Amino acid sequence: MDHGPSTNWGEDKSAGYKTRVGLWMFLVYCIIYAGFVVINSVWPDLMAKPMGSSNLAVAYGMGLIILAFALAVIYNHMCGRAEEAHNNAEDATKEAEGEA
Amino acid sequence: MSYQSSAWAVSIFVAFVAFVLWIAYYYARQTKTAKGFYTAGGTVHWAVNGIAFAGDYLSAASFLGICGMIAVYGYDGFLYSIGYLAGWMVALFVVAEPMKRLGKYTFADALDAKFNSKGIRLAAALSTLVISVCYLIPQMVGAGVLVTPLLGLPHYCGVVLVGTIVTIIVATAGMASTTYVQFLKGGMLIVFSTALVICVLSRGLSTSPDQGGNVPYRQFQTIGFTTSSDGALSLSDASYSVQADWQSSPYAKKNFVKLTKNGSTSVWSLDKDAGVLRETQTVTILPNGDKLYNGAPKSEGKFFPVGHMSEIKINGKSVSKTGPLDPSEFLAAINNGTIVRWPSEKIEDNSAQVTVYYQKATLGKDILRPGVKFKVGGKLTENLNFISLMLALFLGTAALPHILIRYYTVPSPACARKSTIVAIAAIGFFYVLTLFMGLGSMTNGVLDLNDSNMAAPLLAKSFGIFLFAIISALAFATVLGTVSGLMVAASGAVAHDIIERFMGIKMDDRRKVRAGKISAIFIGISAMFLGIKYQGMNVSYLVGWAFAVAASANLPAIVMLLFWKKTTSKGITASIIVGMVSALAIILLSPEMYKELYKLNPASAPMPFDNPAIISAPLSFLTLVVVSLATQKSSILAKAPAPFDIEPLHLLEDGFAPESVVAELEEMSHNDLVGIILDLREEIASLKQKTRD
Repeated sequence: MDHGPSTNWGEDKSAGYKTRVGLWMFLVYCIIYAGFVVINSVWPDLMAKPMGSSNLAVAYGMGLIILAFALAVIYNHMCGRAEEAHNNAEDATKEAEGEA
Repeated sequence: MSYQSSAWAVSIFVAFVAFVLWIAYYYARQTKTAKGFYTAGGTVHWAVNGIAFAGDYLSAASFLGICGMIAVYGYDGFLYSIGYLAGWMVALFVVAEPMKRLGKYTFADALDAKFNSKGIRLAAALSTLVISVCYLIPQMVGAGVLVTPLLGLPHYCGVVLVGTIVTIIVATAGMASTTYVQFLKGGMLIVFSTALVICVLSRGLSTSPDQGGNVPYRQFQTIGFTTSSDGALSLSDASYSVQADWQSSPYAKKNFVKLTKNGSTSVWSLDKDAGVLRETQTVTILPNGDKLYNGAPKSEGKFFPVGHMSEIKINGKSVSKTGPLDPSEFLAAINNGTIVRWPSEKIEDNSAQVTVYYQKATLGKDILRPGVKFKVGGKLTENLNFISLMLALFLGTAALPHILIRYYTVPSPACARKSTIVAIAAIGFFYVLTLFMGLGSMTNGVLDLNDSNMAAPLLAKSFGIFLFAIISALAFATVLGTVSGLMVAASGAVAHDIIERFMGIKMDDRRKVRAGKISAIFIGISAMFLGIKYQGMNVSYLVGWAFAVAASANLPAIVMLLFWKKTTSKGITASIIVGMVSALAIILLSPEMYKELYKLNPASAPMPFDNPAIISAPLSFLTLVVVSLATQKSSILAKAPAPFDIEPLHLLEDGFAPESVVAELEEMSHNDLVGIILDLREEIASLKQKTRD
């Protein structure tokens, strides 16, 4: 079978690893977001506590936005490395097969 | 307030539209295939796609609505920003790569990749259409609202103008032109919002904001009063007179007093503690439908823009004006100061509907915490309502059809992931800016109490007509970008999912493109019709419907398909329908609908709260599990490879096989395909063995 350029992603064996990493990070963000929503709804007075230049509400909210970006970058880095490692391994096996 | 069109605004808008139409014309020649029409050929660079995501997602609701809400309610408006952004984490970690692996043109393709079920096709196409229409109507109405101040044209002209431009964009080049329009809009929105925030910070805060010296600050008046033992008021300003029986008027119940001066009346709010009456602003709707602003027609300009701080403290010392501030100093100054907000009360005065906007000094630290809009911390239903809203924003984003189709425009799952990260960076940054734009509108004396949606453009106007022109043109472009994305999604649902797959009408590639274009024109005309029909209605809640339906109907199906092997086609179909119907049913029985739509007492609504996701999303998950378990086949399906293992099929469809073969393959069931692949593998293995031997 001819492997066109787009087959690289067709048989992505790092998919399992990426899914696991994604789910863990999702869980982390989910818990922090849920904490935010629950504090806002049940203990809004806690959100009014002074923090930094204003209060916890602003710090937590801004923190969620920054955390989203930070997690996204880390996730991308981990996925990128996994893909690279996998592709290199695959190239190596292909070469080995070719020699055989 | 009345707005005048400016030559700058018109020319910037015309230039933008001309450029957009040129893009459509340029890509039209390259759009000959269905793949080209629905996915721009799948060749868009991930960085471009990421910014286009932002252009797609940041609708008029995000740009105008959130800034307006922050300007009126403070932190509670910002909660929307946080929820809208958090939804992208679901998109990135759960949905992005699998969607790209499984799908082809529409989100139904991905759901149906494993099953080839007509039920899924129809259910997913219907939910796409419901979400798209709910999302479209506010955008089209918004276009009409914007056109009046920007170009000085009536409402319907704005709707027809936007509708026509968008239909041209989509019907000529589909996703290709849509992508570049959204890229352009997303990029410009972020650049100019940043510019606006820099202007706000460098102007600083003032207790008498004069819009950079351009518009003198309007000092609202106070009148001292004393009450005699029989309740009669005596005023310190003798030119005003008050009726003796003022306490029996409908105003007194809400703590207002009606005064007369030189034959004209005005409404004042009673501050008993300070012993003063404070000037209010009123909008009166007369029985014949005419509107009076502070007792005069709109054209007389007696209704003033508002928003100022009554006290600013820097390092513990009260000042009347600050110099330029950095972002954290700005927030600190708001937090430590006092802001005059303008809440409203509705009063019926001799069959005229009067809305009274009154001054309410609010501590900055109460503005920057939850509780002004959402009555959190109190009743359980209020808390559940808030949690339900935040849940819908979180789960809805990653299941919006016009967002999902953008995953098919990039070449690979890795690119889908990278473009999502660019989107998160761009959208997150924009949402941080919304807080400063909103608080800026709140404190710069620019807020039009009658239309909080104009907060951001009016804030820009206080920095000069040029920035106003750009921000207004951008608001228009915002509508163009989002509507075009919705139209591609909706026409895919009609032409690809319903006509081609569900009804089984065979089409060659050229016909598929034509079907998509005709659907787009049809949807465009419907959108214009709806935009005109809903003129003047507050339809922003429809965006909330779209998120609730997406979170309840689409997301459970997507997540379970990816992570639960026992999911069946009937389970998916049932969960989409149950999620969609239950979400809509709860909305239609909610207090908000009783108030806004049926004009009934909201307390009599059967549902205690407005946001359905907290009930309808779990219900949809549950339906999927129950129905899937009830329809398990002890078939090969369970043992069959996961859908991404049969990915080479994409190759066949991407031109590595003749069209006849593709057509034949599309006819086959999943089991047949798996069988063929397994046979092929065996054959290849035996051939290899033979050559080695």
